[in-house]
Amino acid sequence: MTKSPLIAVAAALALAAPARAQVKLNGAGATFPNIIYQDWILTYNQSHSDAQLNYQSIGSGGGIRQFSEGTVDFGATDAPMKDSAIAAINGNVLHIPTVMGGDVPTYNLPDVKGTLKFTPDVLADIFLGHITKWSDARIASANAGVKLPDADIVVVHRSDGSGTTFIWTDYLSKVSPEWEQKVGRGPSVNWPVGLGGKGNEGVTATVKQTPGAIGYVELGYAMANQLPAGSVRNKAGKFVAASLESITAAAAGAMKEMGPNTDFRVSITNPDGDAAYPVASFTWFLLRKQYDDAAKAAALVKFVWWAETQGQSRAAPLGYAPLPKQLGPWIEVRLKSITAGGKSVWTTAAR
Amino acid sequence: MSGRSLRRHVTSGLMTGLVAALSFTAVLALVLILGDLIAKGASSLNWDFFTKNPVPTGQTGGGVANAIVGTGVIVGLAALFGLPVGVGTGLYLAEYGSGRLGWVVRFVADVLNGTPSIVIGIFAWTWLVRPMKGYSALAGSAALAALMVPMIARTTEEMVRLVPHSLREAALALGYPRWRTSLRVVARTALAGIVTGCLVGVARIAGETAPLIFTALGNQNFTTNITQPMQTLPHQIYEYATGPFEEWHRLAWASALVLMGLVLLLGVTARWAIRQRHGAAR
Amino acid sequence: MTTLPIEPPAATQPARPVTPGRPALLGRNTGDRLYRATLTALALVLPLLLVTLLAELVVGAWPAIKRFGVPFVWTSVWDPVAGVFGAAPMIFGTLASSLLALLIAVPLALGVAIYLTEFSPKWLRQPIAFLVELLAAIPSVVYGLWGIFVLIPFLRGYVVPPLRAVLGWTPLFSGVFYGNSLLAGGIILAIMIVPYIAAVSREVLLAVPSSQREAALGMGATRWEAVWTAVVPYGRAGLIGAVILGLGRALGETMAVTMVIGNRHDISLSVLQPAYTMAAAIANEFSEAVTDLHLAAMFEVGLVLFVITVIVNACARLLIWRVARGTAVGSRAL
Repeated sequence: MTKSPLIAVAAALALAAPARAQVKLNGAGATFPNIIYQDWILTYNQSHSDAQLNYQSIGSGGGIRQFSEGTVDFGATDAPMKDSAIAAINGNVLHIPTVMGGDVPTYNLPDVKGTLKFTPDVLADIFLGHITKWSDARIASANAGVKLPDADIVVVHRSDGSGTTFIWTDYLSKVSPEWEQKVGRGPSVNWPVGLGGKGNEGVTATVKQTPGAIGYVELGYAMANQLPAGSVRNKAGKFVAASLESITAAAAGAMKEMGPNTDFRVSITNPDGDAAYPVASFTWFLLRKQYDDAAKAAALVKFVWWAETQGQSRAAPLGYAPLPKQLGPWIEVRLKSITAGGKSVWTTAAR
Repeated sequence: MSGRSLRRHVTSGLMTGLVAALSFTAVLALVLILGDLIAKGASSLNWDFFTKNPVPTGQTGGGVANAIVGTGVIVGLAALFGLPVGVGTGLYLAEYGSGRLGWVVRFVADVLNGTPSIVIGIFAWTWLVRPMKGYSALAGSAALAALMVPMIARTTEEMVRLVPHSLREAALALGYPRWRTSLRVVARTALAGIVTGCLVGVARIAGETAPLIFTALGNQNFTTNITQPMQTLPHQIYEYATGPFEEWHRLAWASALVLMGLVLLLGVTARWAIRQRHGAAR
Repeated sequence: MTTLPIEPPAATQPARPVTPGRPALLGRNTGDRLYRATLTALALVLPLLLVTLLAELVVGAWPAIKRFGVPFVWTSVWDPVAGVFGAAPMIFGTLASSLLALLIAVPLALGVAIYLTEFSPKWLRQPIAFLVELLAAIPSVVYGLWGIFVLIPFLRGYVVPPLRAVLGWTPLFSGVFYGNSLLAGGIILAIMIVPYIAAVSREVLLAVPSSQREAALGMGATRWEAVWTAVVPYGRAGLIGAVILGLGRALGETMAVTMVIGNRHDISLSVLQPAYTMAAAIANEFSEAVTDLHLAAMFEVGLVLFVITVIVNACARLLIWRVARGTAVGSRAL
């Protein structure tokens, strides 16, 4: 008697099997580019009914781990994989840059008008726990004319493995010897102070809900939530706010040194240049060089190429910078090299 | 003497008042939470909420149709796996559970009943997601089934044990074989209680989030394909509640209200069933 | 089967009456054997699950166990960059948040149980018991949602300022209040475990023979004295069991705690400070660990959590069984 509803459920499930062949692609990883990835996927799914993409923003650490375990078809990260991690999966990975973005210091000080300016040493000391009050003289000296409250600083960082954290700690390691020695760079680090939030989403939310908080998030998250994005003093001594131009400028130096054989794993934090925003980065898809399933690989390559071409125009309005044009042909070569069962999937990816 | 007696009676009265106040505090917590759910969630319940899928981060509108259906599929599948094992284990404990194995199974059931659900999540990731090379609703269902089996086993056992011994003896005396006695007479008599236990078990797993993070993963698309990642209401609430967007918070409250309604429906049905069976004794 | 006194010898088989219209499909012994074998197979699923669960945790954690040994549980550095892992802050946070929850939940739950079994008018018993048990029906993630948007702003606005004004000088209430904190986690956990402790305590108190009560009343005790000196002491082991069962729930609770406790690897005595629990760390970091050692450390955190909850639950069951022998007390609570 208890059996009949169970049978009904089973029958319903059997009937619910997909009616026609549609390639399902699952990806997971970085939350930093999630805003634009979700936008791309929705747009792409609407115009390409032959593929259905699912991207879950679990964190770059998760992107690398789950890609390496083979539990997702593609990963995404803004912390490039280490050589040892690449060796552990027999080198079967391509880092394909998608867009660039900037980590911005965002904060919750309702009474402060305008955006605050931060020097590298002030940022390092806030995150090291040396500066604990917003009214600290060193914050004030960079922000003449701004009335800073006598409030405690609440540091908010990531609780998951994060590329945004990697970019932030990579930058702090370059500008602060104390940071490099005590904390270092990585997707997860041993934070001296602060609260943990999950994902760019969680850090943004915690900053938004906690008076006196400061956190680091991708520019797009600050924009979408009307949170301030502080400007940071760059190597040339100029205070620069994150923007399409300043992030693009940050990549200029690296672009000069990059050749067609690059594996795209390059850090662009703390670059030279008057207009460069110092805490910027590429963010990457992780694709396999060899796939087992030709249909999946073809659909994936097709989507990625769409993102690299048509998708780029969506970057600026969402708080990202499109890739330098120079990278296009190099990326195309990499995508063409992806194989399934020994055959290139580029031709079958009929654009 | 009378002063002391007075003091004792005043103490008695005060303590009675205190335990009554404590009881009402506990009830107040429930009222507050349910009140907030309705106040903040009800206004967002509309046609779109139930029929549309989520929109990209930062945009407004959309619904959680994928998560509602996903919860139905994953929980239904978990029940399909979990109920037979749970009820079977319960029958075993009631019928043959007096020996050493019975003691072990009973003890293991009680221990597993208190196992953190996140640990079951690790288990399912290691044994299902990793070897199967992919997140799937199936893995999520298996994790939820593992959570519900111990509880259903123990309630089934208890319900079967409530069946009067005379009934069983009568059936055996009539020459019914033991297996038919057990299934057709004993289990049937206890059916209402067993079904109640099952409903409560299903209600409990329907709200679980932790074991699904590493198994069902989540999916922004509408899918009923159980080999694919799938969104569920609890996971959707987790994402939306911890995110920064007002729109997400609105949808999180509404989703929580729907999930709560679903769980209460199962729970209240269960209670109604048990009331039918045992009267208001408990 | 041999233990069955009424199992007839095979020779009496012909005497078996055949149910009209339903001829026996299987011989008695074959059918019984098959039935028993099926049930036994199903019953073996749970022990098998426990063994594989434990084995998988140990195997997964092995690299970390080998590397860090026993000090894993009392060292406090959690540095994925350097590959150094010590779980003390999480273990501390797990225990501290659970104990804080017990501190709040035990008086509430015992109050409910005592009121319902001893004092409340009959017509109120069922509704109150039902409503309190409904607290157990609220999903963990919904508690977390409520915690973020209702409880924390309430604590920040109305509870913590006066608390700090009066007790700010003690180490328990020192430091900046961020919102997400041990206090928020403890309160949420308390609300979540009240129904479990209340339901089991109530069954324990109901199992106390009414002669206990009557004897005390007969000797001139007031109603409260009868409860406090005769009924409660009689059920003490079971009540302690109920509390420990609540502790077991609190230790393993994941989502609600993750959402409000602040996720910080640090040991602080102040309840206003953020903390971390083992379950929360697993939820945040398990699928995120980039290095193999980090992943192994997460497995080990899972193992430690599992072992602690198994011990706590086993103790609770043994205590409850002493009072209400063999029944599935508490497992039926939603």
